Amino acid sequence: MKTGSRLEKVLEKGAFAVTSECGPPRGADPDVIREKGKLLEGVVDAVNITDCQTSVVRMSSLSACLILKEMGFDPILQMVTRDRNRIAIQSDVLGAAALGINNILCLSGDHQRFGDHPQAKNVYDIDSIQLIMTVKKMRDEKKFLNDQEMTKAPVLFIGAAENPFADPLEIRALRLAKKAAAGVEFIQTQCIFNLDRFAEWMREVVDMGLHEKVAILAGVTPLKSVGMGKYMKSQVPGMDVPDAVIERLKGVPKEKQGAEGIKICIETIQRLREMKGVRGVHIMAIEWEEKVSEIAKGADLLPRPKV
Amino acid sequence: MIVAQAKPIEDIVTMIDRYDKIILAGCKACVAVCAAGGEKEVGILASAITLARKRDGRAIEIREVTLERQCDPEYVEQIRGFAGDYQAVLSIACGVGVQYMAEHYKTIPALPGLNTSFMGGSLEQGVWSERCQGCGQCILHLTGGICPVTRCSKSLFNGPCGGSSKGKCEVSPEMECGWQLIIDRLKALGEFENRFTELFPIKDWSTSRDGGQRKITREDMKA
Ligand code: SF4
Repeated sequence: MKTGSRLEKVLEKGAFAVTSECGPPRGADPDVIREKGKLLEGVVDAVNITDCQTSVVRMSSLSACLILKEMGFDPILQMVTRDRNRIAIQSDVLGAAALGINNILCLSGDHQRFGDHPQAKNVYDIDSIQLIMTVKKMRDEKKFLNDQEMTKAPVLFIGAAENPFADPLEIRALRLAKKAAAGVEFIQTQCIFNLDRFAEWMREVVDMGLHEKVAILAGVTPLKSVGMGKYMKSQVPGMDVPDAVIERLKGVPKEKQGAEGIKICIETIQRLREMKGVRGVHIMAIEWEEKVSEIAKGADLLPRPKV
Repeated sequence: MIVAQAKPIEDIVTMIDRYDKIILAGCKACVAVCAAGGEKEVGILASAITLARKRDGRAIEIREVTLERQCDPEYVEQIRGFAGDYQAVLSIACGVGVQYMAEHYKTIPALPGLNTSFMGGSLEQGVWSERCQGCGQCILHLTGGICPVTRCSKSLFNGPCGGSSKGKCEVSPEMECGWQLIIDRLKALGEFENRFTELFPIKDWSTSRDGGQRKITREDMKA
């Protein structure tokens, strides 16, 4: 499938892809997005725009995608099934394609219990795998979920997330297989701190031949401090931060922990790059977007290929 | 059964503030089993209301009744003889019972004394847990007898999500991950391989409450 996606082209070329993400503001100011965008110029092949991540109300992903698109980026529209039923989802998919968005990332989303509106209704008309099925059907069959034909199909490169560290561990590769069967074309993983566990998952993925069906972009996050490491370890469900990583940060003075976190992140990327089946990295520098270029440079990922 | 719990007494006292002659109606079905609205709870609530009103210096007359079922016209009609003598019916049946009272006694306010919570069962003395959402299209034969609609916090059909941790749901460490339960059960049944790998199709929610209020008509049973 050929979409207009720059990410798809980079992957097809066989280059090691780089994506990052940008969280929209909790307000209507478009300049926040533009400023975050500026930090990523020339550094990434595509950029994810989160969809009310951690269930906190933010500017809509589609609007922020458009702002970045105007700056020349190839945005990845993140879409969660928590807040929209199939009518809204299909409508937004059409709208995104009409506005020239080329990529979608299909997610179930964090439960609203975590967010700033825990009183909200929990939609979940469909789940993330069914969202993949939905977008694929719309694109490839030119049909809505009710089997009615549409006038023009939305041509989107279809992605999803996967967490190799969530329980039960033994079904995590199988779950990727389900996503592949549903039609996913690229995967961005949960942040990798436990490289051994990730390598194990990757081995299973390769044994199942999934790496040939789906482009796997390994997720990385630089830790700013010991506190952040501890927080992610204990407070973020499905996050695996080994003690050794936290110990390493503890080994340097407080003001140097950020730099050490970046170093760890760069080393992680270098190891990931050598793993069979890993086709790129997804750098999630949470509210630390200014560091993405330093990481990409340090990991020898620049300049990005021209496609 | 339908599981419910008592509203805070202050809320009830506020709700009945303008009445001084009420019927307090319990139900001997589900809410009696879950110790929220049976005969015993009618007695306890009546005393609590009387006490609260006494503190306020205003007497209240409460007629205590506990019907066989409040979701059945036949039993709801049993208070017809004296209902007109009272200003309101405070029902501690489930929401069905309160509405049956309202439908049968058109000029008497029907007030809810309980918060009707879910369809479930008891786990141990004093603990109840939800099991069914009444989606109208049962799939338990495909999911090892554990309902993903109810027991997964996101009602995922192709779970588990990335938040499942040590058997617990991302929503709370006190909540079991429904998908961990499904997987364990499918394995115990030897059905994991064929069931888990299948993609679960998109659900038709029109048989659920999403399709509007539901009604079942059994022609074979109609008089
Ligand atoms: S952790 Fe388990 S129960 Fe909770 S939302 Fe995810 S799959 Fe569902």
